[in-house]
Amino acid sequence: MGTPQIVFLLYGLQWTIILALVAFAGGTVTGLIVALLRTSESRAVSRVTAGYIALFQGTPLLMQLFVVYYALALAGLRLEAWQAVAIGFTLHASAYLGEIWRGSIEAVPRGQVEAAKALSLGYFWRMKDVVLPQAIRISLPATIGFLVQLIKGTSLAAIVGFTELARAGSIISNTTYKPLMAYGVVGIMYFLICWPLSIWGTRLERKFAVATR
Amino acid sequence: MSTSASSPAAAAIAPMIAMEGVEKWYGTFKALTDINLTVRPGEKIVLCGPSGSGKSTLIRCINHLETYEKGRIVVDGVLLDNNPKTIDVVRREVGMVFQQFNLFPHLTVLQNCTLAPMRSRGLARDAAEATARRLLGRVKILDQADKYPAQLSGGQQQRVAIARALCMEPKAMLFDEPTSALDPEMVKEVLDTMIGLAKDGMTMICVTHEMGFARQVADRVIFMSEGAIVEEGPPAEFFQNPRHQRTKKFLGEILPRY
Ligand SMILES: Nc1ncnc2c1ncn2[C@@H]1O[C@H](COP(=O)(O)OP(=O)(O)O)[C@@H](O)[C@H]1O
Ligand SMILES: [Mg+2]
Repeated sequence: MGTPQIVFLLYGLQWTIILALVAFAGGTVTGLIVALLRTSESRAVSRVTAGYIALFQGTPLLMQLFVVYYALALAGLRLEAWQAVAIGFTLHASAYLGEIWRGSIEAVPRGQVEAAKALSLGYFWRMKDVVLPQAIRISLPATIGFLVQLIKGTSLAAIVGFTELARAGSIISNTTYKPLMAYGVVGIMYFLICWPLSIWGTRLERKFAVATR
Repeated sequence: MSTSASSPAAAAIAPMIAMEGVEKWYGTFKALTDINLTVRPGEKIVLCGPSGSGKSTLIRCINHLETYEKGRIVVDGVLLDNNPKTIDVVRREVGMVFQQFNLFPHLTVLQNCTLAPMRSRGLARDAAEATARRLLGRVKILDQADKYPAQLSGGQQQRVAIARALCMEPKAMLFDEPTSALDPEMVKEVLDTMIGLAKDGMTMICVTHEMGFARQVADRVIFMSEGAIVEEGPPAEFFQNPRHQRTKKFLGEILPRY
C-alpha cells in the first residue's frame, strides 16, 4: 500500500469526520428541542415526542438511511447522497441525544425548578440559566459515548454510495487485493479518533461521580 | 394596590394573603380541607403540625407551586388562578425559603442573588449586584459572595437562600422548615436572620417546629392536622391552653425538646 492509497483513505476519513460533525451539530439542535418537548408539562406533547424517539431507537439506522434516501426520492424529492445521509444521521442523533438529555433534565433535582419558579423565573430562563447548565454537565459522559457510536455509525453511509472511511477502505481492499492491510489501517484510523473520546468520557464520568458523592 | 390612593384606610386592613375555603387533592387523596387563613400585612404566622399534615402543601399553594381545586387564594389583592400572568405577579411578591436551600450549585452566591432580579424584573447587572450585596450584608455573608454554594456550611447556604429571596423585594416570605436540614449549631444563625426580618416588618408564614422562635416572633400560631387547620391563637395562649386533644398531644411530643 503506497501513498495514493493512504491519501485516498485520509480523504475517506475526512468525510467520516465531516459527516459525524454535521450529524452531531444537527442532532444537538434538534435533540435539544426533542428533549424539551419530551419533558414538557403537556402530556400530549410529551407522548408524541416519546413516539418519535421510540421510532428512531426501535428501527435500524440502516433502514432509516434507506427510507430518507429512497423513499424521499420516490416522493419526488431528489437528494444528493451527502444530503440524504446528513438528514438521516441528524434525525437519528436527535432521537438519541433527545433521550439522553431528557434523562439529564429529569436528573436535575426538583427543588432547582421549584426555587426558580418561586423566584418567578419563566420557562425560558429556568431552562437556560438553571436546568440546562446542570443537565449538560450530567449528560456529558453519555453524550460523548453517543458521539463515538455516531462516528463508527457513519460507516453505514456507504450504503447510499457515500464514500467515507469504511467505503474507502473496501475500495482500496478491492484494488490492492490486500484486505487485511487496508482494513487494518482503516481500523487504526477509527481507533485513533474514537479512543481518546472514550477516555475523555470515562474521565468526566469519574469526575462527576466524585463531585456528587 | 390601585385602590390604596383612594382609600388608604381600606388598604391598610386589606389582607396580604387570604385563603378562603381552599381544598387540594393529590389524585384521590385530600391534602387540604377547607383552609381559611387571612394574613395581614406585617403579620407573622407560625404553622406547625405533625409530618404529613399538609403544612408544605398549604404554603406551596400560596405561590402556586401546587394547584388547588376549590376555594380562592388572594395575594395582595391578586386572585391566584391558573393564568400564567397572575401566577407570575404573585411569585414576584412572595419569596420562598426551602428546607433543602435549593441554591443553584453552578452559580456563585452573588449570581444566585442576581439571577432572578435581572431575568424576571429586568434589572441591570449593576443595580442587581448592588441590591444583592446589600442583602448579603444583611444576612452577614457578604464576604462569601464569590464562593459557590457547595463551599458554604448549611447555615450559610440557608442565609444565602434568604438573601436570594429578598433580592426580589417581596412583600411576603414563606419558610418551609428552614432549619430542619441544619446541624444543631447552625439553627440559631438562621433563626436570628428570620427574627431580624420579622422585626423589619416582613409578612411571614413560617412552617417550623422551633417553638422558641414561635414564642418570640409569631403573632399567631396555627396547628394543622390531616390537611385541616385545627386550632390557632397567639403564642402565649396557644402554648398554655391548647384546646384540642390533637394539639395537646402534638405539643406534648415536641415541647420537651425546648
Ligand atoms: N406530590 C404529591 N403527591 C401525592 N401526595 C402528596 C404529594 N405531596 C404531598 N403529598 C401528601 O400530602 C400530605 C401532606 O403533605 P405535606 O404538605 O408535605 O405535609 P407536611 O409538610 O405537613 O409534612 C402527605 O400525606 C403527603 O404524603
Ligand atoms: Mg413539609
